[in-house]
Amino acid sequence: MTVELSAADIAAKLSQRFPGAVLESGGATVLVESHRLLEVARFLKETPGLDFDYVTSITAVDYCHYFEVIYHLISIQHNHTLVLKTRCHTRHNPTVPSVVALWQGAELQEREIYDLMGIAFSGHPNLKRILTWEGFPGHPLRRDYL
Amino acid sequence: MEIALPEGYNSLELDKYEGNLINALKASATQPIPDPDDWLDEELKRNIMLTSVDALLNWGRLYSVWPVNFGLACCAFEMIALAVSRFDISRFGMELFRASPRQADLMIVAGTLTWKMAPQVVRIYEQMPEPKWVLAMGVCAISGGTFSESYAVVPGVNRILPVDVYVPGCPPRPEALIHGIQKIHNKIRKDSISRRHWRELARASHDR
Repeated sequence: MTVELSAADIAAKLSQRFPGAVLESGGATVLVESHRLLEVARFLKETPGLDFDYVTSITAVDYCHYFEVIYHLISIQHNHTLVLKTRCHTRHNPTVPSVVALWQGAELQEREIYDLMGIAFSGHPNLKRILTWEGFPGHPLRRDYL
Repeated sequence: MEIALPEGYNSLELDKYEGNLINALKASATQPIPDPDDWLDEELKRNIMLTSVDALLNWGRLYSVWPVNFGLACCAFEMIALAVSRFDISRFGMELFRASPRQADLMIVAGTLTWKMAPQVVRIYEQMPEPKWVLAMGVCAISGGTFSESYAVVPGVNRILPVDVYVPGCPPRPEALIHGIQKIHNKIRKDSISRRHWRELARASHDR
């Protein structure tokens, strides 16, 4: 059975390695600073014992005051999971580093978030709209769309 | 509607081309195309000499309406149910769902049509040879249904195609679809080669 790793344990490991990168942790969720997301993600993927080699889903939520981007990570090798979150606090051109270099499967999901939520992923190899068409006005899943 | 495709285009330019195409289609489709109805008062205009020719042609068309093989959403499964043994549209000479629009007479628009898909549906329709008929299947095809306010959904396929028969339901049962197809048969029975095709009239009034 898939094991949810304790976020507190992971957060302790991350704080030791990247001081100040972890903002919150609870349950199976770790919230990190967006500008340190990539190094944290690389650490989670490449550290023996963690080996998060697969991202099952990436999604985003508009909380009006900020956007939250959520990564559901899984290790196929160890059969354990973790939820990684990050936030961006600007509504105009919010940006999060892309994790496509680590997990190839993130490419289409990041494009979907860019399309529907308007969050740019810096370093994405092919960031353009995917569900709506080029020239579509706005980003339809934002709370202030309409 | 025609937009020039740039020479030596790359992927993003192709996307922009597609986006311009959709925006142009959306801008030109603010009003529904009037349903073709000039066949209603056709009796008086009929030429007696042509009657037997009409009868033969209409009989031939009537019992060999070949639908084009495409489905957009869940309604397509009811259309598939119609095609197989329980409902069996081969009883009407229609079992040949054509994979090529060039061999088809009837377009069953089965399901929700999105603006992203709309140019392709118009292209399939335009590839079908005359005479051709369109059946809007389900509330999404009729009016957008529950998605009619959506940014992504065409509010009724009669914005982009002239529709002959509307079959309501969510989805319509295959019996309802058979009923709609029989309405199309009735329409074909009243057709005549003695006049300009009504679809051109519908197009002309829409373009005006």
